Order: sequence, then structure tokens, then C-alpha cells
Amino acid sequence: MKRRTLLASGAGAALAASLGLPLRAQDGPLKVGFIYVGPVGDGGWTFQHDQARQAVEAHFGDAVETIYQESVPEGADAERAITQMVLQGCKLIFTTSFGYMDATVNVAAQFPDVKFEHATGYKTAPNLATYDARFYEGRAVIGTIAGRMTKSNKIGYIGSFPIPEVIQGINSSFIHARKVNPDVEMVVAWAYTWFDPAKEADAAKAMIEQGVDVVMQHTDSTAPQAAAAEAGNVFTFGQASDMAAFKPTPRISSIIDNWAPYYIKRVQAVLDGTWESSRFWGGIGDGEVLIGDITEAVPAEVKAEAEALRDAIGSGAYHPFTGPLSKQDGSVWLAEGEVATDEVLSGMNFYVEGIVGDIPS
Amino acid sequence: MDLSAINPILLVASLMVAATPILLAAIGELVVERAGVLNLGVEGMMITGAIVGFIVATATGSPWIGFLGAAAGGAALSLLFAVLTQFLLSNQVATGLALTLVGLGLSSLLGQNYVGIRAPSVPSIHIPVISDIPVIGPILFQHDPMVYVGLGICLGVWAFLKYSRAGLVLRAVGENHDAAHALGYKVIRVRVLAILFGGACAGLGGAYLSLVRVPQWTEGVTAGAGWIALAIVVFASWRPGRLVIGAYLFGGVTVLQLNLQLVNVPIPVEILSMAPYLVTILTLVLLSAGRGGAMGAPGSLGKHFHASS
Amino acid sequence: MIRLEKRAQPSRGWTIATPIIAVVATMIAGGLMFAALGKDPVEAIRTIFWDPLFGPFASYARPQLLVKAGPLILIAIGLSFGFKAGIWNIGAEGQYIMGALTGAATALAFYPAEWWIIFPLAILAGAVGGFLWAMIPAVLKVRFGTNEILVSLMLVYVAQSLLAAAALGWLRNPEGMGFPGSRNLAQWAATANPELIAGTGMHWGVVMAFLSVIVAYVILSRHMLGFSIRVTGQSPRAAAFAGVNPGRLVIVCMGVSGALAGMAGLFEVTGPAGQISIDFNVGYGFTAIIVAFLGRLHPVGILLAGLLMALTYIGGEMAQLSLGLPAAAIQLFQGMLLFFLLAVDVLTNYRIRAARREVA
Repeated sequence: MKRRTLLASGAGAALAASLGLPLRAQDGPLKVGFIYVGPVGDGGWTFQHDQARQAVEAHFGDAVETIYQESVPEGADAERAITQMVLQGCKLIFTTSFGYMDATVNVAAQFPDVKFEHATGYKTAPNLATYDARFYEGRAVIGTIAGRMTKSNKIGYIGSFPIPEVIQGINSSFIHARKVNPDVEMVVAWAYTWFDPAKEADAAKAMIEQGVDVVMQHTDSTAPQAAAAEAGNVFTFGQASDMAAFKPTPRISSIIDNWAPYYIKRVQAVLDGTWESSRFWGGIGDGEVLIGDITEAVPAEVKAEAEALRDAIGSGAYHPFTGPLSKQDGSVWLAEGEVATDEVLSGMNFYVEGIVGDIPS
Repeated sequence: MDLSAINPILLVASLMVAATPILLAAIGELVVERAGVLNLGVEGMMITGAIVGFIVATATGSPWIGFLGAAAGGAALSLLFAVLTQFLLSNQVATGLALTLVGLGLSSLLGQNYVGIRAPSVPSIHIPVISDIPVIGPILFQHDPMVYVGLGICLGVWAFLKYSRAGLVLRAVGENHDAAHALGYKVIRVRVLAILFGGACAGLGGAYLSLVRVPQWTEGVTAGAGWIALAIVVFASWRPGRLVIGAYLFGGVTVLQLNLQLVNVPIPVEILSMAPYLVTILTLVLLSAGRGGAMGAPGSLGKHFHASS
Repeated sequence: MIRLEKRAQPSRGWTIATPIIAVVATMIAGGLMFAALGKDPVEAIRTIFWDPLFGPFASYARPQLLVKAGPLILIAIGLSFGFKAGIWNIGAEGQYIMGALTGAATALAFYPAEWWIIFPLAILAGAVGGFLWAMIPAVLKVRFGTNEILVSLMLVYVAQSLLAAAALGWLRNPEGMGFPGSRNLAQWAATANPELIAGTGMHWGVVMAFLSVIVAYVILSRHMLGFSIRVTGQSPRAAAFAGVNPGRLVIVCMGVSGALAGMAGLFEVTGPAGQISIDFNVGYGFTAIIVAFLGRLHPVGILLAGLLMALTYIGGEMAQLSLGLPAAAIQLFQGMLLFFLLAVDVLTNYRIRAARREVA
């Protein structure tokens, strides 16, 4: 067994050296690579990452050159795709999906001189940083709007997979909807996909038929927006991208992933030689989570309330998970004034009090 | 758990809409398979129809012209398949798979500049009086026209296969191409026409996704619907009537599953999602066991035809 | 009027010439497409076909060709047995998934033990998993005459549902922070399937793929089974006279392809992929069908076809990176290549004759 272990680690570390690969020289622009899980035309997750890549190009001009590879499967092909980027001379590589975690860790171990940034993961190394966005901050804002806008007091949440990021969003939006509307109830449908327009439309429709009149989504297609538009008198929020095509209704606001500030900051750090591994979890205050235009369908006072909450979160004056909060089973989670730690949030696997139903496992 | 929250009338109405894209694609494939040709490229033709329909609709502002464009686009792609399999005698399975690859690539190239645009909308029909009849009204008379077009095509195919002479010829070609050839029927001509019809229907199904259900262009918008359409044809044992039931069943499983989730009925999602396929296999077994294979797949399905062989 | 005349024997010359014609035609058509997209066509073609083999990073890309081609060849070899005999298993994707699932589950049952026996056991379990999954359409065909094309295809969807259930539920990594996906098998020494010699890309799956080519060649050309397969493919009636048991042949052919596909899945999950995840399968089972046909169902042909497919994958990735070609263009390019290869195949088996007008 020892022999195979030895080969496994030895093979990787020695790769570049043993093959005498001509790693491209330093002079010339800094080359930055992006690995995308979907096509750049998905209009959601990958689209937003690519917008940020373009922002990097625009910001640095000739000092930086970017390359990307789209639709890279999260598995056998990821490690090769990342390695090829290194060989192409990239000194900084962003791998933009959770499923690239182990592949990024492996490649990072082989090329200590190249900096890696992995989105939404939890493994780091001296040359591997992680970054994520506090989407739950945005969810608090749209949860507030949802609580105010619902007439049936029933709001729906289309979940992708029962993972901490999504559960944070469900809890955050529910807490803040309840805060402004004690009668509000929330139903959750798990689609088990990040992107399947037909299924997302079905989920939204099923909710609407059961009396839901505000639909929030944690999936990337615009299909729920279309379903809401067809039903009429149902409100939705854009997810990942602004989904502005559905303004002013049903889309009354949106949570936009804005990776540009972080990407620009990290590219600058490499240019300056100050890059260090870190775990960055940016939110509204960092400009990483944006609240899209709140349309005129929302009454002015609700809009003002939502914007006040947004600004309070952005300035750090308010944390969306501030006690007193109880878990679904009624046990106390956070005492009065207590704020949830990042450790608890990043492993969140429970609903807060008031949400009906179980998290599938 | 509160099942009363599920409104059965709305449930049926929405599964009719959910089933329409796969119904359209499946009825086309049904005709293709009844002619003895297995075209596994449905997904590729659907997504090509989705983007061509979207481009035409946004250019002209009319979703109806868009649907026509989608049918033409799907048919054009299927023409490639027809030429390869019918004239160059390539293997149908491999060609169909390659067609899917081409369709997916072509559609995302064509769609590069159409991400994030909203398509012109397709209004639902609301006929006074009959749309307002309780129960039946919402189920049957409040949909967008394409739902009826889909059902109309199924009805037309049923009548065509059952009553028309051309339908008889098509079935003869599918059951035994050598015998059909001996009788003087133009096997290849019939098959090419069937393949084109299949492509056009798949294109319509794809456009229904990009123009009505989503309605936007995003890469991968069909998300596997074409493969489900293939399953439905088998489930239906190549009969248009059963095809409608199959499409509603396959479309309905997702709708039902999501509805049950919302009222907190704990049903394992995986079991529900594989159920239609297991039922399809069971159907196949019953068909081939019960009637000695006679009512199963068309006799010449997937075999290539050459006059001299 | 042009008509085709079937050759008594496939033409040897055309067997070799047609793939070359197809590749050249693809280069021309693909070049036009790249030019239309505003890229230098010559550079694009060179990047796809030349750079992975002889370009500046070839020492990395060449081993990767083997990694990519390995599962394709292994599955396609298995499929070719049945295809030659007219038995159509198109559900290799499902058998690949089931092999990975059963293999990974078997191995993980021992976690975190470090016994050497675990890896061989997992390979066996993977082969058995794929074999049993293929037995469903095989037995149904033999027992009830059910169409194996359709049953095996349906079972792909069922396998995908099982895969999702496993990744989200019973195989989920308990230390994975709630994310879907199993433990990493490539990082557990007992199941890791790394490169055997650094820098060659040769992992056990690739070794097995090469072995399968040799064994298939011997069986198909020298063994009784090969004879049964060939004669059944040419004429089932003749096969019956020759004493071939058609039911047994279905079981054997489907079993071989299922077991090899299952094994391919296991090698992939313990090596390059590393873990069971929701979208673990990336279509190798379907692509292998194309590879089998491109290789004309001949073991050596399949070896070459698998390598050619891998070349377009790796070269396509390189073209994306260095030229900024969209992934869709590469996909379309691959589709063109397949179409041309399938289209010119007709010349191998048929003669083109300019005939006078007559009833064809």
C-alpha cells in the first residue's frame, strides 16, 4: 500500500520538474485563468463570473490577460483543465464552483508558485484561497420585501440542493419576512438542480397554485419569473443576475452576484506581490452581493425599509442572524443580541423556528 | 401535511403545460420510429428549435413565426440525419448521438447574442363562457394555443396512421422494409419525410420551452427533455393515444412530486423520478411477453435499408 | 443517377482511406467555421490536432490523451462484441454509473481501513455492478423478446437517479459539510488509482483498456466466441445452423460490455474523478458508442478511434484556452468529425456506380 501512496503524491509534485515543462516566463501581462462550471451564456452563475472577468480586463487593460474555459465538468476533467491553465502561463486561477475543490487542491500542491482561488469551498493551502459571498445578507433584504408584499401570507422558496448556503438563504429570508409580517408562512420546494428551466417553472407553478404569491428562487433560470408573470399578482426576485427582463413585475428586486470587486482586488494583490491565502466571505458591505433595483411595484415605504436594512447590513451595524433566534424544534439557538458565528453558518443544517417541514437528508 | 392545499384542477392544468414540450418532441419521434428509424438526436433537434424559434420570434416580434422557424430549424437539422442514415447508410444509433452533439454546439453558437433577452409573449386563450366552466374550463380551455397544437398533432398522427393510405405505407415500411420495397413503396422517401416531420416536431417542442415556458434563451435550456421524449415513445408502445397519457405521466410526476413536497409529504425524490422509466420497462416487457412481440417495436426499427441487400 | 452497390467484402483500401478523408474534410469545414468566428483557421486546427501531440505542452497533454481515451476504449471494446452480433446495448452510460456506484460503495464499506485487498475487491464489485445492470436488458430480451436498445437506454435514467440518491444520501461524505458527493477515493490510499509511472497517464483503467484491446483481438479472430459473434451478425439463420445459442450469445455480449463499462466507471471514480458526485458521469458511455462505430467495431480501430476522440477533447480544451474559442464551437467541430466519419464509411462497404435509370 505504501508504494501506491508514494506514487500518488510523488507523481504530482514532480510533474512539472520531471517533464521539463516550459512554464512560460514572467514578463508580459499577468495571465489570469477562470474555470467555469456552466456556459458563459447561462444567464446566471457562470454568466456573472464571466461579467466579473470582463470587469478585470477592463480595469487593468494591458497589464492583465484573462483566459477561461467554460462548461468544465466537476470531476475527472477539472484537474486537467486547471493544469492546462497553469501550463498556459496563468499565475492566478479562479475555479468558480464547489465541485472543483479537490481538483484545485491537487493542482495547487503541484504548482506552489501559482495562486489559486476556489469559490465556495472550505479547503485552503498557502497558495490556495477560498472566497464566497454572503448571499444570506441579500436574502434578508428580499425577505423583508416579501413579507411586506405578500397578501396571502404564503411565500415560497425554490431550493436547489439542501446545502448550507441554501439553508442560510431560506432561514434568513424567513426570519426577516416574519419580522415584518408575523403571519407569514414559508414553503420550500427542492428542485435538486441549479438549472433546469422546466423543473423550476413547475416548482413555481405548484407554489402559486397552493396560494403562494411571492416566490424566491435559489436556482438560476428565469423560468420561475415567467411562471409568475403568467399567473399575475405574484412577485419574484432575480437570482444571481438581475433578470431585468422581468421588471417591473413580477421581478420586484434581485440579488446579484457581483464578483468583480473581489477579482480586481485579488489580481491587484498578485500584481503587487501582496497576495496571501485567505478565506474571504464578502457580503453587501464589500459590494459582492448587490440588491438590484427595487421597482415601482413596491410601495415607497417598503422600499425605504428594505434599503435601510440593506445599508445597516452593509455598514456592519446589523447581522441578519442576530438573537433571539430558536431552531425549528424550539431549542434556543442564539440568545438576545448574540450573533451567529461563521463556523455555524458555513455548516448550517437546520431550519429556524417557524419553518414547517424537514430538510431532506 | 395538508393535502387539501393541492388543487387537483390546477394540478391537471399545469401538468398539461409541463407535458407539452415533451409531447411535441415525442409525437414526432413516434412517427420516425413507426417508419422504422431510431433517431436518438431528439435533444439536439429540440435545442436547435429552441434557439432558432427564439431568434426568429425576437426578430419578427411574432412568436408564431418563431414557432414556424423552430419547426424549420429542427427539420433542417434532421435532414442531416436523414442524408447520413438513408443515403449514406450510416448507423442510426451513432448518427443520432452525433446529431445531439451537433445540435447542442450549434445552438449555443447561434444563441451567443441572445442571452438575457425576453421573448415576445404568447397569450393564453381565454374564450368567454367555455373557459369559465367550473373544473373543465381551467383544465381544458385556458391554455396557450401551443398546448392545443400539440394535442392536435397527436390527433392528426393518430388519424393518419390509422385511416390514411399514406399512414399504412409508413407503417409497412417500419414493420418490414424489404416487403414494403417489394410492394413498390419508396422506403427511403417515406423515411426521409418521417425524419423531417420528427425534426420539425422536436423543434416545436424546443421552441415551446424557449418561447413559452422559460421564456428566454439560455444554453442547455432543454435540460434533457429530448431524452425523456424518447422514453415516452417507448412507454406509449408507439401509439399516439398512449403517447399523450405517457407525456402527462412523465410531465406529471415532476409536478406532483413538487406539489407533495410543498405540503411536506416525505416522498423520496429519487424513487419518484425513476418511476416512469421503470414503468416504461415494465410496459415493454408486458407488450413483448403478452403478444409474442408482435405489438412491440416496429419490426425494422433501427435497421438500415439498402435496396440490393 | 448514382446508386450504391454492396461489396462482397469490405474494401481494405477504403477502410484505411476513409478516416483520413473524413479528418481532412472536417479540417476544411471546421476551418471555415473557425474563420467565420473570426479565428485563424490554420492555427485553430493546429492547436486541436497538433499541439496535444507535439506542441510545447505535449509532455503533459500526451498522458492526458490516455486518461481521456482509456474509459472510452474500455467501454467501446465491450460494446463492439454485441454490436458485431447485432445486439444493441446503448445503456453503457448506466452500466458505467452502476459500476462506479457498486465499486465505490464496496470500498467505502471498509473505510478507513488500508488493506491492499480493497482495491481489487472494488474493481470486482464495479465489474459485477455493471454486469448485473446489463443483465436486466439481456435477460428481458432472452426471456420476453424485449427490445434491448430501449430497455438499456431507460436504465441509464434509472442509474442516474440512483447516482443522485447516492451522492445526496447514502454515500455522502459525512465530513463534507453537507455538500453532495462521496468521500474522495483517489485520496484514500486503499482505493487510489493514480498514475502507475509518473508522467505517463497510465492508471489501472488505461492498462485494462489496452489489455482489453488485445484480448478482444484474440477472441474475435481466434476464439469460438468470435466466430459465433461474426456469424450471428451476418446472418442469424446461418448462426442457428452453426449451432450458436442466440440467448447465450446475448447474455455473453451484454455481460461483457456491462462488466467492462462498470470497470471503467470504477477506475474513473477512484482515479481522475475521485468521488461519486451527482454529475459524475460525463457521457463516456454514449461517446463510446460513437467510438465503437468509428473504429469499425475492430479492436485496433477502436483503439485509434478512442485516441482520436480524446485528441479532439484535449486539443479542443487547448483551443479554448489559447484562442478563446467557445466550447460550443469545439462541440460542433467534434460533431462534424463524427458526421464525416460516419458519412464516408459507406465507401468501405459499398461501391458507387453511375447507373442508367432503372428501378433501384
